[in-house]
Amino acid sequence: MALLKRLSRHELPLVPFTLNGEACSGRAGDTVLTAILTQADRLRLSDFSGNPRAGFCQMGACQDCWVLTSSGARIRACSTALETGMDLQTITEPRS
Amino acid sequence: MSDAIRPLIVGAGPAGIRAAQTLVNAGIRPVVIDEAPSSGGQIYRQRLVPDERSAKDLYGSEAAKAIALHGTFARICDRIDYLPETLVWNLRDKAVDVVTGQRTRRIAFSHLILATGATDRVLPFPGWTLPGVFTLGGSQIALKSQGCAIGEKVVFLGSGPLLYLVAWQYMKAGADVAAVLDTAPFSAKFHLLRGLFAQPSVVLRGFRFAAELMARGVAVHFGVQPVRIDGTTRVEGISWRERGKEHRLACDAVGYGFSLRSETQLADLAGCRNIFDARDRAWRPERDSAGRTSVSGVYIAGDGAGIAGADAAELAGERAGLALLDDAGLPVDHARIGVLERKLASIQKFRNVLESAFPFPESWVTSIADDVTLCRCEEIAVGDARAAVRDQGVSELNRLKALTRVGMGRCQGRMCASAAVEVLASACGRSPDAVGRLRAQPPIKPIPLAVAAEGEAA
Repeated sequence: MALLKRLSRHELPLVPFTLNGEACSGRAGDTVLTAILTQADRLRLSDFSGNPRAGFCQMGACQDCWVLTSSGARIRACSTALETGMDLQTITEPRS
Repeated sequence: MSDAIRPLIVGAGPAGIRAAQTLVNAGIRPVVIDEAPSSGGQIYRQRLVPDERSAKDLYGSEAAKAIALHGTFARICDRIDYLPETLVWNLRDKAVDVVTGQRTRRIAFSHLILATGATDRVLPFPGWTLPGVFTLGGSQIALKSQGCAIGEKVVFLGSGPLLYLVAWQYMKAGADVAAVLDTAPFSAKFHLLRGLFAQPSVVLRGFRFAAELMARGVAVHFGVQPVRIDGTTRVEGISWRERGKEHRLACDAVGYGFSLRSETQLADLAGCRNIFDARDRAWRPERDSAGRTSVSGVYIAGDGAGIAGADAAELAGERAGLALLDDAGLPVDHARIGVLERKLASIQKFRNVLESAFPFPESWVTSIADDVTLCRCEEIAVGDARAAVRDQGVSELNRLKALTRVGMGRCQGRMCASAAVEVLASACGRSPDAVGRLRAQPPIKPIPLAVAAEGEAA
């Protein structure tokens, strides 16, 4: 279930992307964080305890919102703009 | 003369933009580096694409200032070398290492103006890592930049002017604000009356936010001691203590913060001497009234130089620009310098009032339990830090980091250092200024591994 609630920007063009293998869409001007958290309630599991995380500061400081792309690259969701066709995965494996 | 001057400005918020404008007006072409895709900083952050909302919708009473600042930047843009979406991750030998996407390079400078801003000062309490908990600044960015509320039913908690501003902005935007939980007692707000003379518009605006929230039925509680955020995989509610009684409210999001903390890593790498600011309970670079640091040719302005807010940041950015010109032997307007310094001094006085009205919750450190996560990156508990003091005799912050990994994770202490200082100082019976400060280490933020390898080879 979604974490974030859209209050405006409902009319902007749809931007299709893939999240954990499923087709989804965000809106033009979304960050990756917004695009994911308007349909899901987590971005990753924490490195050690494996507890769910969904970002915190939204300004590129806390480093709590890293997600994976299908190519294995890590991107910081709050400071990355959503692009058409992005293939994103919420991180589900703790580091240790 | 000006050909030899190649200043570099880090940060394109209110301080960085006014500094750049001041240099441009003197015929100098600075490099301006900013992490964001467009200028404005956090307070005057711009959307990624335009939408149906007006500047008034986005910036409220500060819309005119936002429009003026964005307009200034648009006018000077072709007379600066602007590098957006670029992170300065290291600084050494009068040059910075930057990364844009996957590309890294080194940029030399003759003078440096640091306008790196601030982030929320946060304190851990049970449940603070749950999905649905964001900082106050993060909650505001979700709304302004993304048009989203952080949840269906939102509680705002903490201290500082941002608490009421963000709650009011959410209410205005149509979000369901379930409550505002202020950790300061109501009596602390009487201090604001002292500020009426110095900054009447700021004080009256604050009163208006609180009054409108209450008029619209938002419960505002004072003297709140947060107990926990409830939930297993996401926020389900919040519990707090108020006048000895525990209260609980169902909600699905919490925005919180306790004023702000300066981003000082680059000043540290530049070798600037630091002083302890008792009001902000934090170390910051030493500077004169013009923004000169202890290192010749390095200047600092805005919230990164000590918390003073957006209006002060614009003034301080211009002042630092003028100091740079003056030090380079170029003519400056001394009457204007006098005006800027008087205004900055007045805001500094007002900051004392704000600090009394929105005090740091000093009781937090004794009330926080051992099992609460202190460092959210490395997942180190408050009790681990206390044990290091008890069992290993730790009394210094970098030693605590080395032994427990607190502050060693991806955020490099941005989210945990303020709390770690309080826990360490309390556990070893010292004052916060006596336990030291975290030394900055490059890279100051995570960079792709390939980039780091390239940097090493160079």
